[in-house]
Amino acid sequence: MEKHITLPLTEELAKSLKAGDIVYLTGTIYTSRDAGHKRMCETLAKGEPLPFDPQDATIYYVGPTPAKPGQVIGSAGPTTSGRMDAYAPTMMRVGARGMIGKGARLPEVVEAMKQYSGVYFGAIGGAGALLAKCIKKCELIAYEDLGAEALRKLYVEEMPLFVIIDSEGNNLYESGRQEYLAQRG
Amino acid sequence: MRELQVSAITDVVERLCIEANTYLPGDVKCAIETCRACEDSAIAQGVLDKIIENYNIADKENVPICQDTGMACVFLEIGQDVHLVGGDLREAVDEGVRRGYGKGYLRKSVVGDPVRRGNTGDNTPAMLYTEIVPGENVKITVGPKGFGSENMSAIRMFKPSAGLQGIKDFILEAVETAGPNPCPPMVIGVGIGGTFDKAALLAKKALMRPLDTHHPDPFYADLEEEMLEKVNALGIGPQGFGGKTTAIGLNIETLPTHIAGMPCAININCHVTRHKTEVL
Ligand code: SF4
Repeated sequence: MEKHITLPLTEELAKSLKAGDIVYLTGTIYTSRDAGHKRMCETLAKGEPLPFDPQDATIYYVGPTPAKPGQVIGSAGPTTSGRMDAYAPTMMRVGARGMIGKGARLPEVVEAMKQYSGVYFGAIGGAGALLAKCIKKCELIAYEDLGAEALRKLYVEEMPLFVIIDSEGNNLYESGRQEYLAQRG
Repeated sequence: MRELQVSAITDVVERLCIEANTYLPGDVKCAIETCRACEDSAIAQGVLDKIIENYNIADKENVPICQDTGMACVFLEIGQDVHLVGGDLREAVDEGVRRGYGKGYLRKSVVGDPVRRGNTGDNTPAMLYTEIVPGENVKITVGPKGFGSENMSAIRMFKPSAGLQGIKDFILEAVETAGPNPCPPMVIGVGIGGTFDKAALLAKKALMRPLDTHHPDPFYADLEEEMLEKVNALGIGPQGFGGKTTAIGLNIETLPTHIAGMPCAININCHVTRHKTEVL
């Protein structure tokens, strides 16, 4: 189903999304990848607050190219999510239930998604030029020393995404392929 | 003996880094568009449409096709009658990468140490491959390589008794394991023969070969076609959402090998298979 949704990703909204839905997402999201997640989880372990409020937040796994003069952001497609699997359950535990990336997730991430009503969205890997066009605002909020991996706050409009894994654990990577193979017979 | 200033190589590497990351090669576009026309599921069509829209935006607005602008793989075929003057060749190539990734607003994705990490800040060093060939030209190819797909690559030292079937199974196993991670549709480079290291190099070179060409030996040309078909029968589809197009191309490169072995390397690439060549 095609859905136009506005963040924050409340529990109610998260539960209404189903694997296979095509979603156009509008609202504020945060960027982070390997090094940023490591730092955020270390911060939480020390009992300190994150640089942003994680409640109902959505994190985009991306390390954009530098913005050219006049651009909001450079090319900004998703990175492989599996590298954030070690950190994702911790992030969901503090409320950040939305994740945007590409590629497979570990069973422990899916379990955490079921527990905390998480949603894993897929952005098209390799479509960095196209996805950058949906990003209307970009603000560096922390970890500037990490360069492309710094923590950024983005405002996106109608960002085209697919629900890959929903809050019940249904997985488009499994169902999409099975459907295709069944159809082909 | 022809003299060539290494600074001329710097200039070309700089330009090729930017162009390769911005403009997708025509053969890759053509393969994607052909596959789009064959897909019949709405989700697969939708994904391929967006991929096409993406490279059209990159073309028109001169922006990187993908944010992973890769490690700069630089292949130099140096004519044996060329005398390179005016500096250190390796330094000249790295300077080209440094300038290209700086001026082109490309992402710097290289760490200076594999274990202790730490970004070098300018995407150097280049992965430099040199070969001495007859003649007095220098052929320069820049192929930026992203790691979402590089990480899904594999190599295996087969016993000769594994035969052709062993290689076929290995290709399918590697693609199956890669699944949605390397941003399918993929391009698959297969290197068979040589030594452990040469097989890997062949696989990488296979990715630089246009997708509308075949191995010169009909035995391997047929194998390329057969394996592309088998890979696409897996049903992984664009982005792993299911469909006909798991790969848009599969190239095989081969070398003689030892009586006791049959190395096989598989280098996985994505739909953003980039490379650009210039001759000096
Ligand atoms: S695998 Fe290719 S398309 Fe995907 S993020 Fe890496 S370079 Fe880009």
